[in-house]
Amino acid sequence: MSTPKGSVLVVGGGIAGVQAALDLADSGFYVHLVEKSAAIGGSMSQLDKTFPTNDCSACILSPKLVECGRHLNINLLTLSEVLSVDGEEGDFQVRVRQNPRYVDPEKCIACGSCAEKCPKKVPNEFDMGLGKRKAIYLRYPQAVPLKYAIDPDHCIYLKKPGRCGFCEKVCPADAINFKDQPKEHLLNVGSVILALGFKPFDPSGLDFTGYGNLKNVVTSMEFERLLSPSGPCQGHMERPSDHQEPKKIAWLQCVGSRDINRACHGYCSSVCCMYAIKQAVIAREHSSSGAVDATVFYMDMRTHGKGFEAYYDRAREEGIKFHRARVHTVSPAENDNLKVRYAGENGDIREDEFDLVVLSVGLATDPQVIKLANDLGIELDSDSFARTTCLRPVETSRNGVFVCGALAEPKDIPQSVMEASAAALEAERILYPSRWTETKEKHFPKERDVHAEPPRIGVFVCSCGINIAGVVDVQAVTDYAWKLPGVVFAQNNLFTCSQDTINQMAETIKRERLNRVVVASCTPRTHEPLFQETLREAGINKYLFEMANIRDQDSWVHQRQPEAATEKAKDLVRMAVAKVRGDDPLPYNTVPVIKSAMVIGSGVAGLTAALSLADQGFPVTLVERKDRLGGHAHKFFRTWQGQEMQPYLSELVSMVEASDLIDVHLGTTVQDVSGSVGQFTSILTDGTEVKHGVAIVAVGAESFKPREGRWNYLYGKNPNVHTLLELDQRFIKDDPGLKGLNQAVFIHCVGSRVPERPYCSRVCCTHAIDQALHLKEMNPDMDIFMLYRDIRTYGKREHLYQEARAKGIIFIRYDLENLPRVSEENGSMVVKVRDPIIDASVTLHPDLLILASAVRPRDDVGGLSKLFKCAMTGDGFLLEAHMKLRPVDFATDGVYLAGLCHYPKPVEETIAQAKAAASRAGLVLSRDAVPAESITAVVNLQKCTGCAVCARVCAYHAVNMDENSGKAQVDTGLCKGCGACVAGCRSDAITLKNLGNEQIMAAVEAAMEDF
Amino acid sequence: MNDISKSKGAWEPKIIAFLCNWCSYAGADLAGVSRYQYPPSIRIVRVPCSGRVSPNLILDALRSGADGVLVSGCHPGDCHYISGNYYARRRFALLKRFLEFVGVEPDRVNFTWISASEGEQFAQVATEVTERVRKLGPATHLLKEF
Repeated sequence: MSTPKGSVLVVGGGIAGVQAALDLADSGFYVHLVEKSAAIGGSMSQLDKTFPTNDCSACILSPKLVECGRHLNINLLTLSEVLSVDGEEGDFQVRVRQNPRYVDPEKCIACGSCAEKCPKKVPNEFDMGLGKRKAIYLRYPQAVPLKYAIDPDHCIYLKKPGRCGFCEKVCPADAINFKDQPKEHLLNVGSVILALGFKPFDPSGLDFTGYGNLKNVVTSMEFERLLSPSGPCQGHMERPSDHQEPKKIAWLQCVGSRDINRACHGYCSSVCCMYAIKQAVIAREHSSSGAVDATVFYMDMRTHGKGFEAYYDRAREEGIKFHRARVHTVSPAENDNLKVRYAGENGDIREDEFDLVVLSVGLATDPQVIKLANDLGIELDSDSFARTTCLRPVETSRNGVFVCGALAEPKDIPQSVMEASAAALEAERILYPSRWTETKEKHFPKERDVHAEPPRIGVFVCSCGINIAGVVDVQAVTDYAWKLPGVVFAQNNLFTCSQDTINQMAETIKRERLNRVVVASCTPRTHEPLFQETLREAGINKYLFEMANIRDQDSWVHQRQPEAATEKAKDLVRMAVAKVRGDDPLPYNTVPVIKSAMVIGSGVAGLTAALSLADQGFPVTLVERKDRLGGHAHKFFRTWQGQEMQPYLSELVSMVEASDLIDVHLGTTVQDVSGSVGQFTSILTDGTEVKHGVAIVAVGAESFKPREGRWNYLYGKNPNVHTLLELDQRFIKDDPGLKGLNQAVFIHCVGSRVPERPYCSRVCCTHAIDQALHLKEMNPDMDIFMLYRDIRTYGKREHLYQEARAKGIIFIRYDLENLPRVSEENGSMVVKVRDPIIDASVTLHPDLLILASAVRPRDDVGGLSKLFKCAMTGDGFLLEAHMKLRPVDFATDGVYLAGLCHYPKPVEETIAQAKAAASRAGLVLSRDAVPAESITAVVNLQKCTGCAVCARVCAYHAVNMDENSGKAQVDTGLCKGCGACVAGCRSDAITLKNLGNEQIMAAVEAAMEDF
Repeated sequence: MNDISKSKGAWEPKIIAFLCNWCSYAGADLAGVSRYQYPPSIRIVRVPCSGRVSPNLILDALRSGADGVLVSGCHPGDCHYISGNYYARRRFALLKRFLEFVGVEPDRVNFTWISASEGEQFAQVATEVTERVRKLGPATHLLKEF
């Protein structure tokens, strides 16, 4: 292949497409992002909150969308569709049709006058048709790009020219262009990423749900809009029939999922259990009384992700009811209420009345997407999802074309984000020789010198929809800000992080000649970079900025005390204003990047990550504590799709061993780490010193071995009791002892979902069922019993469960109050369990007892997390920077994680995550330098007495004593800005830029002024 | 001082919390994200590290009128800056003895470790510290003369 192109086509502007585009654009590739609607954001932008953190969806998504919309190396093509993709990997020719917007995006200022005057009301698809929009519209308030569009299907003028045209008359910017024509773009790209998402299942055909006939039966996506502050009832949760607040709500799970009779969707949609719990929790929060009676009707609760089981536990503690039943019918009752008929635990028929019924609809592929996939030559599976395999999780059937997100299988946001980065990695792997060949470089305007200017402070107070404004009187806070010394401008915004407000903020800074800015909104931990960049674009130094956290630390924690919360918001604004007044412009320091990586752990995750980086030409040091590569994968028989692990593992190992760029250290661990992103120095136990720019932690986990306690079940006592991996090892050896067996029993959740380990181990249900099927293949007449609590064969794995049942494998549910009992009688095993369906005790005599035991974090993970300053969860797994949107990054820059040390996961997800980690690491490795700390220590030589306390307390050896003068001096390249030296100095001679004692005290004193 | 709680007659403590950016400030954010409620008596000052908090800052806060001070950093071994939280702990222990010596009740100044994943703990600490200071009543010992 000749030199590949340096650009990539990403199709689909949801969270997956946006993440893939950002990863690529930030590591040296030009991206064309094609989105069929008028704005990017996809389904995530329609959600109110996200599980399991209850983060506001728009709040966490918005910065990414804004970044995408403003990115110099992302060409956003909205209202566009791909017509054809010709050519091959490295050199594709793509035809894209861009439909007319009829509004000139260069001119539109998104003032909304057009929509106000437009006489044509249309059902709003963003609100799932529950509300109305006009024929000229914004997809949603924070839309990116924030430009109106005319809907040609409904515009009166476009249908009959000359009739209407009001928008053209009122537009102050002369932006309306009725003559706009479709354009065809010819793009030449090296790779294609499909992130086309899903379509919520349409339950109209399922008459028993009443959907379509009964007004108060809504889908979960509709309910999401009813909860959303930007939705049709401004977040005041009203039911459709009478706009009253529902007091009693039912959720019906598995509508259009796990249903082979009516819906023809056999797969599980993976996300519905969690979103239903979330909706129930949020509905209670939104209700005026806080007392919504919420019931979830379900088959199996599938809370198999990180933090999910704890969320489920908490929901039950809070009084949300869960009833294991598939609802028979929903029928009308008085006052537009709904009668729900279902079977009780012991088979009796029950009825209950609700104000509102929410159908937890599944995820399906849009028929238009199916057509596009066919046109592009992408194979789909029997469920119409893109066909991928466990060992190649983001690769489609066409070379050079990759897939991520719900298009490949129903999945949640973090999994989609992970795959997006993995897909980006696959593209980078092909195109790396052409990195930085088609990209443009960003130039900020020259910064205004503000030293001589008196403070001119601007304050922007965010409503955050109703997240802040629902509690805090934001107008009063804004009025108050006007009165503070130095403040020359104050404004309240609905969403300060939306693109229009950001642009407007830049304009305001210039127009008002602001030289200091305060934003009172959410937390600086997520939004500070976005606002700081806005300052740079407006020509002032980004350190002339402060945030007042009036959401996470105010409106959300004082929800029932609006007056006190408003007063607190004023105090926080006053403190920020006092602090910003003393801020100085600071230099933008950088550190050079050592273009190599260290990967710790050589299981499938570590091997994959190392190869992914080496393939792009980056040297890798691979550290493995054991004396061979491969980790637990040596004990693993096959994926749930049937691909055998051992040949795959041997191939991975031999590729790593053959690579000149991978330096393997066996029998070695990391002893010490110093430095930070771009410049790490690590000492290994074999004495090697490694200099590296990034690190990927992939140290895996362990399987729980129930040697004692209530989970013992003869483990270690009877030779025919195994964990899953132990049985796998017998499969690998093709153990003849497994032939001719009469009966096997599997016990699920051994040590998972219990108080001492309150999480679900995610992999065991599927793994156990696959093993049962394999035993059945070997011994067709064998009886197999699965003793389970909930079967969690999420996504397409559900087919395996269906197959197991079809082949006569028997599933018996147990609960924690009635654990199975295992004993030995006359040398043979006896298992007793109560079957809730027949309401009787069952006695089994297995030849083989398999314990699907928990995946537990490794005990030594704590040590490693300390070396790299990474956080851990309460369960002992490593904690990523953000559960939803930064699933493979640590909060510490330049350190990434992959595989089981993050959370239990099957091999396909491990591979995707390892590739994602490599993609994220590539963001650093592809650059010559990365930004370094600007807030560093400075010494006042007049005051310094040379006592050297500062030098002694500095953990980075950034302060040392000058030999000639005997006074302290700071190496700014090493200084991390922690301030330990400042607090230690007895002469007040060393200070931190913008964080000196006077400045901190200015904030404290401001707090006290009116507190 | 036209403190709103005061205008209603009830005295409410005023507490300054110095929280490190990496653990405790994030923990306070998580309390919000998880909607754990606590009394509105605390004003948070974000510092890079608890090791930045010199005894001076704590004394100054009390002098400016704070009824209580909370300093919180990362758990032992978790400090983003390697060892700042240990320095903070040591300085704090010394300061506390000094404050007792000059007659400031020990419960007015509080030190704790809160990680980024401990939202609930943050809300709990905020509530406990408020209660502790409320019992003591307004601080007068170090108050700056107006």
